[in-house]
Amino acid sequence: MGVEVRDPELERIRAVLTQVQDPEIPQLSVVDLGIVREVVRDEAGVPVVRITPTYSGCPATALIEFEIRRALDAAGFAEARIETVLSPPWTTDWITEEGRRKLKAAGIAPPAPGERRGALFARDPEVACPRCGSTDTAKVSEFGSTPCKALWRCRSCREPFEYFKCL
Amino acid sequence: METREVLFEYVLRLGDNALILGQRLCELLGWAPELEEEMALANIALDYIGQARMFLSYAGEIEGKGRDEDQLAYTRDVLDFRCALMVQQPNGDFAHTMARLFLMSAFNEQLYGWLVRSKDQRLAEIAEKALKEVRYHVRHSGEWVIRLGDGTEESHRRMQRAIEDLWLYTGELFTPDEVDQAMAAEGIGPDLAALKPAWQQKVEAVLREATLERPADGWMPTGGKDGRMHSEHLGHILSELQFLQRAYPGLRW
Ligand SMILES: [Zn+2]
Repeated sequence: MGVEVRDPELERIRAVLTQVQDPEIPQLSVVDLGIVREVVRDEAGVPVVRITPTYSGCPATALIEFEIRRALDAAGFAEARIETVLSPPWTTDWITEEGRRKLKAAGIAPPAPGERRGALFARDPEVACPRCGSTDTAKVSEFGSTPCKALWRCRSCREPFEYFKCL
Repeated sequence: METREVLFEYVLRLGDNALILGQRLCELLGWAPELEEEMALANIALDYIGQARMFLSYAGEIEGKGRDEDQLAYTRDVLDFRCALMVQQPNGDFAHTMARLFLMSAFNEQLYGWLVRSKDQRLAEIAEKALKEVRYHVRHSGEWVIRLGDGTEESHRRMQRAIEDLWLYTGELFTPDEVDQAMAAEGIGPDLAALKPAWQQKVEAVLREATLERPADGWMPTGGKDGRMHSEHLGHILSELQFLQRAYPGLRW
C-alpha cells in the first residue's frame, strides 16, 4: 500500500481522472462514482490507479478501464498502471457528495441511506423526487436502463425518474 | 491429482455453475411474462455471467496453459464441463425458472458466504463481490416463490410441481466428492454438508410462507459437477452458447 502524501504528479493524475466520464451516466466521473479507489505509487515508484468494478457483469467495466487508459496517455502519464481490485467490493456508499449532487441534477435520485438489503418483501426506501423533492413517490420497477438503476415515479409532479439502487 | 489440478477443477465448477445458470436465464430474453421481469432476468443473468468470467479467468490462470475465460467457456466439450445438474435444467414455465433460481441462489448464498473466508485470497475476493449480488437474487426469486405459491390455485399447483421437480437436483449440491473434500481439507472450500442446515432453514421458511410442501429427500442423482454423467440438456445449451466459436473458430470482436 502506498502512503498518501502530497505528490504533485499523483495530484495531477487525480485531476485527470475527475474528467473521465462514466459511460452509462456521463454526468458523473469515475471519481464521483467511487470507481477509482486510490492513486498511489508502487515499490518502483510507478503511479498506479486502483479501480473497482461496480457489478460483476457490468458491461461498462472494460470501457471504463479503456477510457481511463486513454485519458492517462493523453495527459502524458503513459507509464501509469491501472489495477483492478475486487476487495472490498464496491458499494454505493462510495459515491461522493459531489457525485450525489450530480446524480440529482441529472434527474437520478441518489441511493437512499438505510435501504434494507436482502429481506424478502422489504419495504421500499423513502426516495425523494429529484425534480420536485417530494417523497410521495413509488417504485415502478426494480430494474431500469442499467443494472444499478430502478424505475420510480413521483406522485406530486407526476414525472418518472430513475433511482440509483443501494448496493 | 496435484493441489493445483484440484484447485483448477474446483474453480471450474464455480465458473461453470454461474455460466450455465446465466446462459439459461439469457434464453428468456424476449420471452419473460412482462417487461419488468424481462429486465430483472436480464440483470440477474448478467450478474451470473460476470461471476463466471471472474471464476473462469482465474481457472485459466491456475491451469497455466494459456486458456482464458473465453476459451474455457466456448471451446470445451460437454464432458469437460463441471456444472451441477440443477443449473442444466430447462427454464420450463415461469414457476420452474424461479424455483431453480431460488434453490440455486440460496445455495450460492451459503457457498459464497463461506468462501469469503477461504484461504485462497482470490476466491475470497470474488465471493465477496458475488455474495452481494446473490443475496439480491435470493430475494427476487424467493418473493416469486411466495407470490406464486400463495397465489391462485393454478399458480400454487405449478410452483409446487416446480419445487418437486427440482428438489431432485438439490442433493448433488451438498454431496461432497474428492475434489470438495480436498478443498475443504486445505481450507479453500467449505465442508458442503455443513452448509446444508442454513440453506434448508432459509428454503423451508420461504416454502412455509408460500404455503408449499417441502418435498421429501429421496434418492438424488449426481454426475454434473464431476462431469461423470451430465443431463441430456447440457449439449443443447452448449450448441447455442458455443455456436459462434464452433462455426468461426477464433473469431474476435
Ligand atoms: Zn416530483
